[in-house]
Amino acid sequence: MTNLEKYKKAFLESLEVSEDQLEGLEYQKIESWDSVGHMNLVAALEEAFDIMMDTDDIIDLSSYEKGKEIMRKYDIEL
Amino acid sequence: MISSCDLLKNKVCLVTGASRGIGYAVAKRFAACGAAVYANGRREESLKELLSLNGNCSGSVIPLYFDVTDSAAAKKAMMQIKKEQGKLDVLVNNAGIMKDALIGMISKEDMHQVFEVNVFAVMDMLQLAVKLMSRQNSGSIINLASIVGTNGNRGQMVYSASKGAVISLTKTAAKELASRHIRVNAVAPGVIDTDMFRSIGEEKMKEKINLIGMNRAGTPEEVADTCIYLASDLSVYVTGQVIGVDGCEVI
Ligand SMILES: NC(=O)c1ccc[n+]([C@@H]2O[C@H](COP(=O)([O-])OP(=O)(O)OC[C@H]3O[C@@H](n4cnc5c(N)ncnc54)[C@H](OP(=O)(O)O)[C@@H]3O)[C@@H](O)[C@H]2O)c1
Repeated sequence: MTNLEKYKKAFLESLEVSEDQLEGLEYQKIESWDSVGHMNLVAALEEAFDIMMDTDDIIDLSSYEKGKEIMRKYDIEL
Repeated sequence: MISSCDLLKNKVCLVTGASRGIGYAVAKRFAACGAAVYANGRREESLKELLSLNGNCSGSVIPLYFDVTDSAAAKKAMMQIKKEQGKLDVLVNNAGIMKDALIGMISKEDMHQVFEVNVFAVMDMLQLAVKLMSRQNSGSIINLASIVGTNGNRGQMVYSASKGAVISLTKTAAKELASRHIRVNAVAPGVIDTDMFRSIGEEKMKEKINLIGMNRAGTPEEVADTCIYLASDLSVYVTGQVIGVDGCEVI
């Protein structure tokens, strides 16, 4: 699985969205991406890439696109 | 006092401030009860005695050197546990400092220092531990509070406030984490015979002991035994509690 596939899978499974919803997806714009969904998403990303995200990055993870930027900080090329 | 048992067999535990006092006793007792104990110390030589237990107990002691106020180092330590064990069952937030001064003579620096170690680092460690514990949907977090955190004490405005914070954060975390089966409890010792207690001087030590129903200071091992209970599956339905270990001290 490529890093991008892993990244997408984390969103698909933790937020229960479909692939066509990913582009432009933002925190708290859909019901499943509430604070609980957010923590599930963080856990899924951490599991997928074997990282521990800093609290500041967890707070900054405001959209599907922003998340990609944050992943780069952990040397994950998408 | 339990000298050995298998209550913590296969459990992976992290104990902060394990170089001496209560933390040392907790790490030692946990290892005697079969746990893999990650013992935190600040200096390399400081865990020598604990490490000599390896081979002489049913569990094991693994050193982790970091200052609990250093978030990056704490995160690295947690990553190491994840890599080596794949889980964390128990976190004991024991590292703590005490700086006493009467009102009017308390420096801002002391306030910051005490809260950095006794409160902020505890919340930091808790957040990191929860990352691992959430995956396994279980865990026990034990925070060292103090009887002065509920009762207050002359000359201890900062320290007592920091321990009061430990009690309230324990209760909040317990509520938030119960659905994930992560238990959070506090142990509130009274007077325990460690360097911290001895630092107040002989006269004050006597005064303090006079306030204790059992008329003696407790031992670090007596606090450790309560921690064994909270770490083990004997307490699976116990969370959000503050357990006094104080020989009936009255403040
Ligand atoms: N003794 C009592 O009567 C009593 C009563 C109520 C509550 N408590 C609480 O019980 C806990 C343990 O107390 P104690 O009596 O065992 O104290 P202690 O004998 O003074 O030992 C304190 C431990 O914490 C460690 N520590 C301090 N700052 C640290 C930091 N920034 N990073 C990592 N480790 C650090 C020390 O490491 P170093 O060796 O490197 O300094 C030492 O291992 C504390 O939270 C205390 O507030 C104690």
